[in-house]
Formats: sequence, C-alpha cells, structure tokens
Amino acid sequence: MKILVCISKTPDTTAKIAFTDNNTKFDTGSVQWIINPNDEYYALVRAIELKEADASTVIHLVTVGAPDADAIIRKALALGGDEAIRVNTESQDSFTIASQIAEVAKQGSYDLVFLGKETIDYNGSCVGGMVAELLDLPYISLATKFELNGTTATVTREIEGGEEICEVSLPVVVSCNKGMAEQRIPNMRGIMAARTKPLKVVEPVATEALTSIAEFSLPPAKAGVKLVDADNVAELVRLLREEAKVI
Amino acid sequence: MVLIFIDIAEDGNVKKSSLEALTYGAQLAKQLGVEAQGVVLAPATEDLSALGKYGVSKIHQVKNDSLKYFDAQVYAKVLAQAVEQSGATVVVFSNNTDGKAVAPRLSARLKAGLVAGAVALPETSNGFAVKKSVFSGKAFANVNITTPVKIISLNPNAFKIEEGTGTAEVVELNATVDAPKVKVTAVKKQSGEVPLAEAEIVVSGGRGLKGPENWGILEDLARELHAGLACSRPVADAHWRPHNEHVGQTGGAIAPNLYIAVGISGAIQHLAGVNRSKVIVVINKDAEAPFFKAADYGIVGDLFEVLPKFTEAVKQLK
Ligand SMILES: Cc1cc2nc3c(=O)[nH]c(=O)nc-3n(C[C@H](O)[C@H](O)[C@H](O)COP(=O)(O)OP(=O)(O)OC[C@H]3O[C@@H](n4cnc5c(N)ncnc54)[C@H](O)[C@@H]3O)c2cc1C
Repeated sequence: MKILVCISKTPDTTAKIAFTDNNTKFDTGSVQWIINPNDEYYALVRAIELKEADASTVIHLVTVGAPDADAIIRKALALGGDEAIRVNTESQDSFTIASQIAEVAKQGSYDLVFLGKETIDYNGSCVGGMVAELLDLPYISLATKFELNGTTATVTREIEGGEEICEVSLPVVVSCNKGMAEQRIPNMRGIMAARTKPLKVVEPVATEALTSIAEFSLPPAKAGVKLVDADNVAELVRLLREEAKVI
Repeated sequence: MVLIFIDIAEDGNVKKSSLEALTYGAQLAKQLGVEAQGVVLAPATEDLSALGKYGVSKIHQVKNDSLKYFDAQVYAKVLAQAVEQSGATVVVFSNNTDGKAVAPRLSARLKAGLVAGAVALPETSNGFAVKKSVFSGKAFANVNITTPVKIISLNPNAFKIEEGTGTAEVVELNATVDAPKVKVTAVKKQSGEVPLAEAEIVVSGGRGLKGPENWGILEDLARELHAGLACSRPVADAHWRPHNEHVGQTGGAIAPNLYIAVGISGAIQHLAGVNRSKVIVVINKDAEAPFFKAADYGIVGDLFEVLPKFTEAVKQLK
C-alpha cells in the first residue's frame, strides 16, 4: 500500500493577521509557520496508523512550496512518513497547487491520497476535490472515519446533521476531518530519523492560476460587550429579542 | 446565465443552504442582467416549479437512479454537461458538505475559477471579484476570477433567503450518468436535532460544564430556542460530546445569527470557528475570560445558576 499525504504550511493559529502592499499581501513578518492542523492531526496521523497496522505500507508526503517549506515537511517526517517530496514553486491558487499534487500522485501511483479538510489560512477545502478530478478518482470529503479491508475502504463522511457511511475501492482521494485520528507529538526518535529521511525536490509542471487575490480586509471591530447582571437573566433575553432581534 | 446547484437532502427536500444559494444566484443574475436557472440531480419530493419564488426561471432536472446518492465524481461530470448545455457562465453552489466536494471537481474539470466560502455578492463593475472569509474568519479576501466560466460557493448562513412570487419551468436534461464508484451503505441522521451548520441559533458548551452528565441544562436551553448544539475542542476530545459538535479552527466553522457560549474560555482557536456569528452571548464565571472581548452580550456568573434561569426566561416569552 502506498499513501500520499498532502502537507501545507500555515501561519500558527495565534499569528497576528495583517497585510502589506496596500492590503494585497499577507504580512508574514513575524509569523511562525506550522503544519496545517487538519493535515497533521487527521490526514497524517491516520496514514501513520494504517502503516502501524500494516508494516508494508509506505507513506510519502508532498508539499507545494519554496525552500522555506522544508522545515515544515521535516516536522511532518518526524511524526511519521517515509519520504517527502517538495514541488519547488510558490503556490498561487488551489488549482495550481492541485495540479502539482496531481502530477506527483500520477508519478507515484498511490493507492490513497489523504489531505486535511481545509487549510486554516485560505479555508478553501478545494485542493482535494481538484486533485481527485485531475486524477479521475473518486473523492470522499470531510471523512471522519476510515477503515481498510484489503483494497476496499469503508469511510464515514460528515453530512448536514449526521453522517454517511460509504464503501469505495482504492485508489481514492480522501479529505480528513476531526474524528479520523488524534493529534500526536513527535518524539526524539522521530525527530532524529527525520533528518536522514529523503526530501526530494521536484520542479513544477506548467499550470495557470484560475483566480487571484485582489485585496484583503479585516472585519470591523466589535462594539464591545454589553454585560447583564447574573441576577437579571430575563434582561438578557429581552435584549436578544428587542435589541439584537435574534430570538 | 447563472446556474444554481440545488442540493437535495436524504428526505428528498431541498436543503436550506441551497435556498440561500438560489436567492444569491438570482440576485447575481439580476446584477448581471441575465437569467437565473437551477439544476437538480438527486430525486426530489418537492414540487420543483415552486422554486421559482426564489427567482429562477427554469430548473434543469436530471432523472437517473444513479444520482440518488451523492458521488462527487459522478455529479461533477453531470454538472459539466449541464453547464455546457445551458450555456451558464456562472455556477453557484452552497459551500455545504456536498458543495465542498463537487464544486472543486467541477472547477478542475472546466478550468473554471472557483471562490469557495463566498460571503457577499461579487463586485462586477470592473472584473469579477468575490469576497470570501479567510484566516478562519479573522479576515476577508476579494478574489478575482479570471476564467470565462466562474464558480462561487456560498458559505451557509451568509446570505438571507428571500422569497417572492413566480414559478419555474422544469425541464429534463439529458446527460451521460456514470455508475457511482462510492457506494453509500448507511445514512445516520441525528434525529430531532437542528443540524449545526444550518442552525440560526447555536448553544455551545465548554469545559466549564465539568462533565457530560451536566449537558441536560444546555440541551434544555437549546430545545427552547430551537437551537443547534456545539462544543469546544477539549469537550469533544474527552468524548463528552460527539466530534461533529466540535467547533473552531480544527472543528466546524459556523455562522449562526446567535451563538451562545457557555463555560468556554474563548481561546483564539475556538473563536476561529465561531467569529462569523452575528451576535455572540457569553456566559462565564471568569470576568477575564477572553471570550468577553469577542462577545456582544455577556453574563459574568456561574453557568449552573444562570442557565436554568435563561431557559425559564425564554419559556416566558411564549
Ligand atoms: C492548533 C490548535 C487547534 C485548536 N482547535 C480548537 C478548536 O477547533 N476548537 C476549540 O474549541 N478549541 C481548539 N483548540 C483548543 C483551544 O486552544 C482551547 O484550549 C479550548 O478552546 C478551550 O476549551 P474550553 O474553553 O471549553 O475550556 P477551558 O479553557 O478549560 O475553559 C473553560 C471555561 O469555563 C469557565 N467556567 C468554568 N466553570 C464555570 C462555571 N461554573 N460557570 C461559568 N463558567 C465556568 C472558565 O472560566 C473557563 O473560561 C485548539 C488548540 C490548538 C493548539
């Protein structure tokens, strides 16, 4: 079994969100980068669990990015995974990223492609579906459970107000959601091993972006909280009805 | 022409999020001076011509048993044919669970630029720029779509449903439909509850509730308000509540009209999933809890005393 796990680098959750160049670029000045949590906790950890259940499994990691993404992909290698591939290009939009990943996936003929359900910076939830389409493979999004039985997978996916259980034959592309697995902390052995694991750099294929960011903006500041006395809860209910008009 | 994908729930009804997409698509069509039409793939129990009241003139319906259950691969291929046959230049989805799977596939298939998670109508006076929420609700981006066919998927609850009058002509669309490769074997619905993503009011509990055995007082309030239930991450991690109720950066992102956070500190990762809520109410015994900074209304107090009074006061309204 060969699994490809897509890893993206995102600003740390607590990073200050600010923009430069007339609000056209994200200010990366003091940003600390992390592995996108959905990629790490759900996609990567589930792949590692599958490898633990079947030692013949091979896990490759792929990221699309400039050399500054190497630190992130090494961290992902420290958690598990056998080999990493970095496609040497800055990402432009979801489609260009998906095109690069699809190319890597084609070259490696993987049984499974795992991604996080979305990145926490652009919140697109797009790359998985695009990769699947470019590979003409089935796609299961927002998976909360994934079990393998030979070459058939049983996957639970989120739907509005519930879940759906489905069966699919490999190969398949799956975007991973909460429930798939639980966050792990890399140990010293993993960190040491990651140093010697191969990190291949491949050059991008030609693609064109379909979208471009014109401008960023910040939401208007909140007016401040209106506190109601704990002994007067009825007043809160009155405010919600008459002032905020939400109940 | 603006083509709107109408998503059908398991019970055969049009999803609420699709009614938002219909209203949005119809208003966009008006703005562009073109027609709005809908497309339905799954078997619907509703009278589709009645969807005309949301502003669509025509509904393309594909009748094929293979479309009963959603399969993103099959759906994308059929939708591509619908776009071609109808001559649509803009396709609108809801950014709901199905939309998240099929819109990107259609985008890659047609090489049509997609903005996922739109929160407003596009600016079309000079180009085509769609505003979307980024950085987990901490900012917005205006994204230009530069391709001839454009795809937008609208965030649930970001656009108000508007009903007018009118009926739509329902026409059958002939399309090649593949057999699905994903076989749905079971659908489990949480019965009697309001789906979180669609809920207009959400009542949410954190570690302050101390344990799963105390959730009854929160459920009482949710029932009175006809609200969906949510929780913070440690609550789901400790298995006090199911994973699908976990909201925040690594859980679900929601944007209800009213979010009531009880016994939740308001860490930035939690806020990332709820900061698009229109009105936020916080109940916390710690006056210094960070959530008060993001709240519109708050009560500093012990939730075990405040909640029953809250529920009682809501009951009094009726
Ligand atoms: C990468 C990353 C991703 C994360 N993603 C998420 C996410 O998606 N969602 C999420 O929620 N968290 C997430 N977290 C965790 C987050 O940082 C917080 O730890 C979490 O939100 C805290 O949950 P809590 O507020 O329920 O618990 P606590 O922080 O323990 O707060 C409990 C609150 O309850 C109050 N309280 C206690 N007793 C009472 C009482 N009797 N009456 C009234 N108030 C009371 C306390 O004053 C306190 O403010 C993430 C963290 C990281 C690092």
